[in-house]
Amino acid sequence: MSVLVVAEHDNKNLKSSTLNTISAAEKLSEDIHLLILGNKIEDLAKSSKSIQLVKKVIICDHEKLENQIPESSSPIISNLAENYSHILAPSSTFGKNLLPRVSALLDVTQISDIIGIESQDTFIRPIYAGNAISYVQTDQKINLMTVRPTSFEKCEETGGDAAVENISFIDSEVKTTFVSREVSKSDRPELGNARVVVSGGRGLENSDNFKLLYDLADKLNAAVGASRAAVDSGYIGNEYQVGQTGKMVAPELYIAVGISGAIQHLAGMKESKVIVAINKDLEAPIFNIADYGLSSDLFQAIPEIIKELDLLNQIES
Amino acid sequence: MKVLVAVKRVVDYKVQIRVKSDNSGVETQNVKMSVNPPDENAIEEAVKLKEQGLANEIISVSIGDDKSQDVLRTSMAMGIDRSILVKSQNTLEPLAVAKTLKIIIDKEKPDLVLMGKQAIDDDSNQTGQILSALLNWPQGCFISNLKIENNKVFISREIDEGIENLETSLPAVLTCDLRLNTPRFASLPNIMKAKKKPLETIDIDTLGIDTSSKIKTLKVIEPPKRKAGIMVNDVKELVQKLKYEAKVI
Repeated sequence: MSVLVVAEHDNKNLKSSTLNTISAAEKLSEDIHLLILGNKIEDLAKSSKSIQLVKKVIICDHEKLENQIPESSSPIISNLAENYSHILAPSSTFGKNLLPRVSALLDVTQISDIIGIESQDTFIRPIYAGNAISYVQTDQKINLMTVRPTSFEKCEETGGDAAVENISFIDSEVKTTFVSREVSKSDRPELGNARVVVSGGRGLENSDNFKLLYDLADKLNAAVGASRAAVDSGYIGNEYQVGQTGKMVAPELYIAVGISGAIQHLAGMKESKVIVAINKDLEAPIFNIADYGLSSDLFQAIPEIIKELDLLNQIES
Repeated sequence: MKVLVAVKRVVDYKVQIRVKSDNSGVETQNVKMSVNPPDENAIEEAVKLKEQGLANEIISVSIGDDKSQDVLRTSMAMGIDRSILVKSQNTLEPLAVAKTLKIIIDKEKPDLVLMGKQAIDDDSNQTGQILSALLNWPQGCFISNLKIENNKVFISREIDEGIENLETSLPAVLTCDLRLNTPRFASLPNIMKAKKKPLETIDIDTLGIDTSSKIKTLKVIEPPKRKAGIMVNDVKELVQKLKYEAKVI
């Protein structure tokens, strides 16, 4: 049967998490449909039809879908459900907010944050902040799942020519109105998607000191992340938090600076390929999972690293 | 305004959990159990609403075995007026939890339901969203700020891109982020007082809903362990290793 992927986007571009979710869908079916709910999304529909794995792009274009309030979008998704064996959405705040509401309308139990697909009905998901891995099986009429983006490769965005189908908007009584969105602008790579992440913790001591990390991140073309302690202390915004209740990342290189390594932080980054820990406390648990540990004062170490990187660049150029 | 808070009893967040040797699940016997951390934020917010004069009655509900009385007593020690325990021997999936809560809500008729955004044991992050759909109430998920004025509800939600601000109305279901507030510690006199507060027990079998599992757990295993790494002596060595050994810069 066909699989429906609910696209995460900003009405202009797909978020990369959508591409990861399409790759997950490929393990279930060859007939993948991409559902885009939004406002003024004609261009987005055109660019999405070239995704090779997608056979059909389904569009619902309406001003009331501009801000993707789940109360508006969930009935549209549940109305399509009978055509599908599985409905997938990224396990981002977008998917977490939306898909359980759809599952309620369909009276099925959703499986959250899957990291692997064993078969049509058997899935792998982390529990207890990733300290245990659960294999679950279901025989429900339809399976709703959120997909952890870092566990699946991004699919190709080109090479396809999917059909586009417009569906009509279902007007529901919605009492919630959008007020505003506070989004930090940055030229750095997206945290969930970056090849290198430089993360800071309470060891940074204040928000001004995070500038040190920004400098290092810019040298490495890295995204900046943070521990919950740093976000709670107001050093940096919540959108940078890596961990059980923040973002999951799995970059090629993760540099943890002044982060002790609480269980809930490790949950968000321990799938990284190479982990570097810089901490003056030799007992910090982060060293237990780091490939390279440096016990040092970060205020000395970071400027030195930047200097060394400059030297390397000079040698190469 | 009446506020209902849903509370779950979970393995304490500081406990390093162990997978059972028969791979049937995670060991929960003889480990420290506590209120699910973001549920504590939900309790705190309800208590604050009462202190501000916005709420006149605040109640907490938990679903679980007799031991779940602990977390309800904790909630009452923090300031909740009374509690309801829906007794169930089985662990419920989020859909069944939401259906159970809906029955209690239909009876208690709160204007606002607060709960944590996710439970730190199964990490599902679903119950609030499902409940608001079942009730056909507005949902506000992962909130880090709440203001209620003249039946209007202003919330800030933590999203991947930053913060989203929404306006909605009561009744509503809101799920709380850890940054919503700082939960208070229950003082000893309040812990003593909480022992005398009303705690009603309802058997889940009397509610007439399907709470059976739709998902079968085949096995639970430990995650692959990372190999121990090395300590480098200085920055120079670190950068050399990253460049020529790990080849990641």
